[in-house]
Amino acid sequence: MASSKLFNILVPVISVILGLISGAILMLVFGYNPIEGYIALWNGAFGDVYFFGETIRQVTPYILTGLAVAFAFRTGLFNIGAEGQVIVGWLAAVWVGLAVDAPIFVHLPLAILAAAVAGGLWGFIPGILKARLGVHEVIVTIMLNYTALYTANAIIRHVLTDSKDSTETIPASASMASEWLQQITMYSRMHYGILLALFAAIIMWFIIEKTTLGYELRSVGFNQHASKYAGMNVKKNIVLSMVISGAFAGLAGAAEGLGTFGYMSVQSGFTNLGFDGIAVALLGANTALGVIIAAFLFGVLKVGALNMPLAADVPAELVDIIIAIIIFFVASSYIIRWAILRFKKEGK
Amino acid sequence: MNIVDLLQSIIPPALFFSAPLIFTAIGGVFSERSGVVNIGLEGLMVMGAFVGVVFNLTFADALGAWTPWISILVAMVVSAIFSLIHAVASITFRAEQVVSGVAINFLALGLGVFLTKQWYDKGQTDMVSKPFYTTDIPLLSDIPVLGPILFQGIYLTSYLAIALAFIAWYVLYKTPFGLRLRAVGEHPMAADTNGISVYKMRYMAVFLSGAFGGLGGSVFALTIALNFSHATIVGQGFMALAAVIFGKWHPLGAMGAALFFGFAQSLSVISAGIPFLEDVPQVYLLIAPYILTILALAGFIGRAEAPKANGVPYIKGNR
Repeated sequence: MASSKLFNILVPVISVILGLISGAILMLVFGYNPIEGYIALWNGAFGDVYFFGETIRQVTPYILTGLAVAFAFRTGLFNIGAEGQVIVGWLAAVWVGLAVDAPIFVHLPLAILAAAVAGGLWGFIPGILKARLGVHEVIVTIMLNYTALYTANAIIRHVLTDSKDSTETIPASASMASEWLQQITMYSRMHYGILLALFAAIIMWFIIEKTTLGYELRSVGFNQHASKYAGMNVKKNIVLSMVISGAFAGLAGAAEGLGTFGYMSVQSGFTNLGFDGIAVALLGANTALGVIIAAFLFGVLKVGALNMPLAADVPAELVDIIIAIIIFFVASSYIIRWAILRFKKEGK
Repeated sequence: MNIVDLLQSIIPPALFFSAPLIFTAIGGVFSERSGVVNIGLEGLMVMGAFVGVVFNLTFADALGAWTPWISILVAMVVSAIFSLIHAVASITFRAEQVVSGVAINFLALGLGVFLTKQWYDKGQTDMVSKPFYTTDIPLLSDIPVLGPILFQGIYLTSYLAIALAFIAWYVLYKTPFGLRLRAVGEHPMAADTNGISVYKMRYMAVFLSGAFGGLGGSVFALTIALNFSHATIVGQGFMALAAVIFGKWHPLGAMGAALFFGFAQSLSVISAGIPFLEDVPQVYLLIAPYILTILALAGFIGRAEAPKANGVPYIKGNR
């Protein structure tokens, strides 16, 4: 019997391969050359240092939203609300960036902290409702996404500006942008947020694997009733998990607000960072390292896709289809496990 | 402004916004009653909207006045077939159903926009030339007081949606098919022991959810949006899902919840004409449906009981 660790690596890898094959077939069906298409994708992500910088820029929030969703998953919770938590985090970070005047070593941490707190608060609501009243967290987080979107837009229009569609740019003392990183990547928008994201991944790994809290969270995720019987406070763990999850997503908002853009605009729709985070978490098997790898893959696909219409005339949306197919196969890991076992038996 | 005028300016728009949600929520009820969680309702609506708009644009000249009706039928069929992907993944391949639903949402939007770019060379389609129009319902619209409120300037699809909710209730609670479908969602092993094919019932339920989700999406596209782009369906499917849960997995409950959401959504559109609402900042009306849903779930309806086997893949021979 192959170990489950091997499966944990094989299933995502096979899923990605099947996704890429499906994308190639789709390109063939619509009369494109899949090799040209994928070369365009590759060049769009790694073609030169500018594209590489942009890829890392896109990977940054993906790591954070991926961690957010993965963390909740570990407790058996489904955080569809990362999207809203990103928005409130973004807003809070920019707000503090604009409202506070302080040297960078106070200002920047304060703005980042504000994002984490705002996201955490946005996660606290579904958490406490789930724990106290048994309200399904999926519905509450969906509703909070819209609430965050419209509220943030109204605050930008009427509180932070005078009926404008975009806030002022934050001062340098609250910015994660880096002249140095931009210079070595031919002025891409790459920023120090990637360090924040990697640090957050280490934190998640540490909490989950090395602390009592992490043990309890995992235990509750496996079996609520057994955990309760073993004397754990299931309700506290549910709330805490959603708060931490929301804080990670809030940090993704900080990466956008303090790093990539430096301001916040009225959003006509969702950023999709939170929804993509679901896919990242799933592909990363809900572990910190897995999330980093999956976020990198998705960043490559998303940024690389932008080059596909230019270089190979393929619509960039092809990549969304590929991502969807990858998720399908990850979700249907049973069939992949079955196929691998079957294959092994015949090989013997 | 008297009360009749007031109702006349509130009820038709509320019905108008509710119809797509009712259709889709009914689809969700079928799927979840059989034990298959369907977060993919959003994607099924996207697929319905896409097919409805494309068919409408393509065949408007050939089919004339019948175009919107045939468009929604075609959208129903295509979305039902599309939903089988979710069925295969979550029933046969034992996928985590929430995840498979998320994939459905990604896939529908990706395919829809990809094909739109492929066929129309731009990110959105043209406006349809044959959408649904409001009509006055003959005879009923002549009833004093009630006529103008309920039957004038109304979309027929709104009444179709309400009728469907009652039919769905009858099918689920008064027919052997409905009993089997619910049994499969409550206790699949017991149902299996009694000779009901769990897989077959679940496949049919998901197929129905695809059909109704597609119907909801196409009705939304042909009454409200009138074209297809990545921003045509933004969250209506999730609203429908909320209506399913808000309505306690009951067709009439889901209809009631969808009517409520439709009303709440229409508020932000019609508020300008209503005396006590015109001074309320837009944002409060925009977030009202969502906040009210959360409050309602937390307070009014108490613990909602999901079908017992909802979200659990059935594996024959497992206990």
